[in-house]
Amino acid sequence: MFYGTDLTSRLMLGTAQYPSPAVLAEAIAASGTQVITVSLRREGPGGAGFRDLVAASGCRVLPNTAGCHSVSEAVTTARMAREVFATDWIKLEVIGHADTLQPDPFATVEAARILCDEGFEVFPYTTDDLIVGEKLIEAGCRVLMPWGAPIGSGQGLSDVGALRRMRAHFDGVPLVIDAGLGAPSEAARAMELGFDAVLLNTAVARAGDPVAMARAFGQAVAAGRAAHGAGLMEPRDMAAPSTPVFGLAVL
Amino acid sequence: MTSAADFPPDFPPDFSVLGAGVAGLCTATALAERGARVELIDTDPAPRGASWYAGGMLAPFCEGEAAPEAVVQAGQLACDWWAARVPGVARRGTLVVAPPRDRAELDRYARATRAHERVDPGALEPALAGRFATGLHFPTEAHLDPRAARRALADRLRGLGAALHFGAATEPRGRIVDCRGLAARDRLPDLRAVRGEMLIVEAPDVTLTRPVRLLHPRFPCYVVPRADHRFMIGATMVESDLTGPVTARAMMELLSAAYTLHPAFAEAQVIETGAGLRPALPDNLPRVIERGDRVFVAGLHRHGFLMSPHLAETAAAILTKENAHADPA
Repeated sequence: MFYGTDLTSRLMLGTAQYPSPAVLAEAIAASGTQVITVSLRREGPGGAGFRDLVAASGCRVLPNTAGCHSVSEAVTTARMAREVFATDWIKLEVIGHADTLQPDPFATVEAARILCDEGFEVFPYTTDDLIVGEKLIEAGCRVLMPWGAPIGSGQGLSDVGALRRMRAHFDGVPLVIDAGLGAPSEAARAMELGFDAVLLNTAVARAGDPVAMARAFGQAVAAGRAAHGAGLMEPRDMAAPSTPVFGLAVL
Repeated sequence: MTSAADFPPDFPPDFSVLGAGVAGLCTATALAERGARVELIDTDPAPRGASWYAGGMLAPFCEGEAAPEAVVQAGQLACDWWAARVPGVARRGTLVVAPPRDRAELDRYARATRAHERVDPGALEPALAGRFATGLHFPTEAHLDPRAARRALADRLRGLGAALHFGAATEPRGRIVDCRGLAARDRLPDLRAVRGEMLIVEAPDVTLTRPVRLLHPRFPCYVVPRADHRFMIGATMVESDLTGPVTARAMMELLSAAYTLHPAFAEAQVIETGAGLRPALPDNLPRVIERGDRVFVAGLHRHGFLMSPHLAETAAAILTKENAHADPA
């Protein structure tokens, strides 16, 4: 449950960098996603034409504060997003470094506190740091969005150990892997680890065929989630034949 | 500015082309070349529109990176079409490079496009020698100076007997061909604006002879050489219909990309900054639309100079055929 909303599809899609709004609409449909993120910072109030096309998808919109580098920018953008999209949901992104797009954890926590106090339902983009995660929960967040790898890098889950610890530590808190995924197998892996959803953009938008890639990610996320629910076997050091070998003739 | 030629009241023009941007100029030309009586009307005394800010690249294969195959196909007509009508079409290809750490972008670009070869960028453009280890050359592509080309095409139209009415409120008297760009939103509600920002700089220390595209994960840019060491640096793509001057962010991104291409751009003088609104349909594919009593050449997006020739010929073929049926004489 994400702030009281249950989602059947656990894939969230970004809407930037597609060849056209028409391709984006097809990709959304093919992926089966129910939640799309839309940025506001750069397009501003003049982006209504694009937003109308996005709204026509029927998906729930998770506005984001992409491109914000300070608490005040992020808070202002969030308030504007609330007006424009008529939703309390906000994906909070406060970037600490323009080149790596690494989140600024201090500013993110501060902005999260302000926004939660104003009744926003905040989805904070964060690292896999447990203490930062705790501070965000303390600030009022009821979802966390740790990165898999730096935004747009396509490196997948670059620190699986840290993500496992995060999953174990925040038992019961919805965790969404946000950013860095390149291949559907990585999305499936995130779901197998017990994460509640994945959010991605570049891997689909910039694929040779974004619609086919969106479908592939949708299937991978569904498969990973089903596998987690079914209970994965633990890896073993020795081979363990699935049929008994005892008594076979030795030739 | 209204041309001296006009059609007498008792013998009105066959077609009234609205909008004197690149789409209107090409469409009026294609009609006039088929012998039709054409007037070209623009409410602006000095028409600009999105194509005023264009790069003027005739690069169908490069555009194929993000554009549909239809653009790659139809765009291949553009080079010959322009060369037959205006001076200054330079057939020197396009060079695509990426900074060393963004090499993956170049590989992706190569996979997404065709009709290119791997080259040493310094061998094609000595100014880039030693700066980029590898690049892609699209040898069949070309470029032109968009403003000079527009002027030349307008002159040619006058020579073909067309009447050009700019600035005054002129009542169209012929069948309307609507090439008004984003202004056609009043009749084509699907049109939206994609804002583009550009700069023109003068850099005496830089010599480039063909458009160079610099790939970057966040702000790809191109530099198109113009006469006298001037360069057009473009262009942003923002889903916004805000008019108004170029933003500081756009300028920083474009200049930092140009600087990455060649450090001597840091010493360039910024001659002009500009921002225009590209008209785009939901699939970003330019097309001829017949709706109501009008024919539209619409949604040129970032393909004004590339796609106008094909769309103009398509529209003119439809319209003159109709005209022949209506008036068998």
